[in-house]
Amino acid sequence: MKKIEAVIRHFKLEEVKDALTKVGVHGMTVTEVRGFGRQKGHKEQYRGAEYTVDFLPKVKIEVVVDNEASRQVIDTIVATARTGQIGDGKVFVTPLDEAVRIRTGETGSESL
Amino acid sequence: MKVRCRSSLVWGVILLAVGPRLAVAQGSSDVAPMPEVNVVGLPEFEKGDVAWMLTSSALVLMMTAPGLALFYGGLVRKKNILGVMMQCVFLMGLMSVVWALWGYSLAFGGESPYFGNLDHICLHGVIPSWDADNGGPVIPASGTVPTSVFMVFQGMFFIITPALIAGAFAERMKFSTMCVFMILWGTFVYCPIAHWVWGEGGWLLDGRFAALDFAGGTVVHISSGVSALVCALLIGKRVGFGQEPMPPHNLTYTCIGAALLWVGWFGFNAGSALAANASAANAFVATHFAAAAGVLGWSVAEWIKIGKPGILGACSGAVAGLVCITPAAGAVTPVQGMILGLAGGLGCYFACTTVKNKFGYDDSLDAFGVHGVGGTIGAVLTGVFATKAVTYSIGEDGTASAARGLLEGDVQQFVNQLIGVAASAGLAIVGTFIILKVLDATMGLRVTEDEEIQGLDLSQHGEEGYIFL
Repeated sequence: MKKIEAVIRHFKLEEVKDALTKVGVHGMTVTEVRGFGRQKGHKEQYRGAEYTVDFLPKVKIEVVVDNEASRQVIDTIVATARTGQIGDGKVFVTPLDEAVRIRTGETGSESL
Repeated sequence: MKVRCRSSLVWGVILLAVGPRLAVAQGSSDVAPMPEVNVVGLPEFEKGDVAWMLTSSALVLMMTAPGLALFYGGLVRKKNILGVMMQCVFLMGLMSVVWALWGYSLAFGGESPYFGNLDHICLHGVIPSWDADNGGPVIPASGTVPTSVFMVFQGMFFIITPALIAGAFAERMKFSTMCVFMILWGTFVYCPIAHWVWGEGGWLLDGRFAALDFAGGTVVHISSGVSALVCALLIGKRVGFGQEPMPPHNLTYTCIGAALLWVGWFGFNAGSALAANASAANAFVATHFAAAAGVLGWSVAEWIKIGKPGILGACSGAVAGLVCITPAAGAVTPVQGMILGLAGGLGCYFACTTVKNKFGYDDSLDAFGVHGVGGTIGAVLTGVFATKAVTYSIGEDGTASAARGLLEGDVQQFVNQLIGVAASAGLAIVGTFIILKVLDATMGLRVTEDEEIQGLDLSQHGEEGYIFL
């Protein structure tokens, strides 16, 4: 199994979710995150005090899939979340040892 | 409860139906026995004035909370929002009680030019009492309204003025010390200045140095704003000030608070006419247009200087315009009020950005930059623009009087305004300095560094503003 973590733009979330559902992904976890890459931050001013905001808000999707499905899922995310502008985000893939469905105790691919 | 309501409704209907006959029948026998009293005349009050003054009092209370509580609350970091809100709400309790016990008396008792007296301790001679000799109630009057109405209206000012200072020491002052500070500040700084400016025989009200301060440019804004600067300097900067970002945590609150302040200010200024008359009408309209011009002044300055107008700037500009018109509301026309509002917006923008950055003091929420500077601009410009078209009045003895400003040729009035500013700022500086030094030596002014980093919500009140689960 693989865990695929994708940091993407907020407004792409629905589109990515729909595309992943279509290629057979049954579940995912979404979190609000902040960070920076090449896009860098921006400046804010409050009554003359200037602050540089380095950490920009993004959405992180976590999906766990079978090894065979991972290539297609990654490609789907990249294709759907892309705008071509700096700040589109990144995808990180890690091997995953185990997964358990709490209700039934099923493990591995069965639990996904 | 519901059942009771219904039964009384039924009785009402029955009474309507058989009322006249019943009344005749009851007339002779069933009348409830009245206590033995002589028929004494109750004082006549102007209903319109009483209604407007009660409404105004409620509006001014609304300025402290939720108005100022939200305005200030949004500007601090999220770990301190309850600290700021608690200061506002607790002062509504604390200052009200102090006002009833001795504050009102020290501000409005007696006819000395400099100090009030103790005649009205515990509201003696303010609230209704029973006159055994005449066998009737005594309801003290102030002009055309009961004195209790005047007292409670002024009491609302006694709440918001100290609450304004809280903007300077937000996010770091010890709550217990703040309570004692406010009692002492109200007693030894606010009450004397209020007496000078509004108390009978006050040296800034009558006589040689009579200064115009319609609704509290000196009493409220200069006194609180200048004291705020002394607080910021003596209490010191917040931990990390200048090194770490301290942006406002919720400008939506600040915006709601500013809007509530704008509305409440109609009570503050138009209520200061102490009647529902032409002066109140002028003050209301001038107040509105000054706030409007203040928004434009600050926003345009920001737009030109940093390229984008922000909501914080627009809100701050409204408040700056309102502060600026406060002393002038009963002395200038609404169009002149716009000039004052614009001057307030621009002047306070300059004070809160350039001046503050240059000197580096940590006036956390710009209590000095907005209230001290705006109040001073307003008080001085009142001496420039005051016009007899607005100030003309006929006194109780039938003689007409009218104050005029520099533009209408009265240099003395302008000088008196400067004297009023200097006197109130002077007492505010000296009084606040002494009180803070005493409290620093006895109770300590600040929370510990750990408590400050943790936030006042938890360290001072054991609560959190935002609990999301």
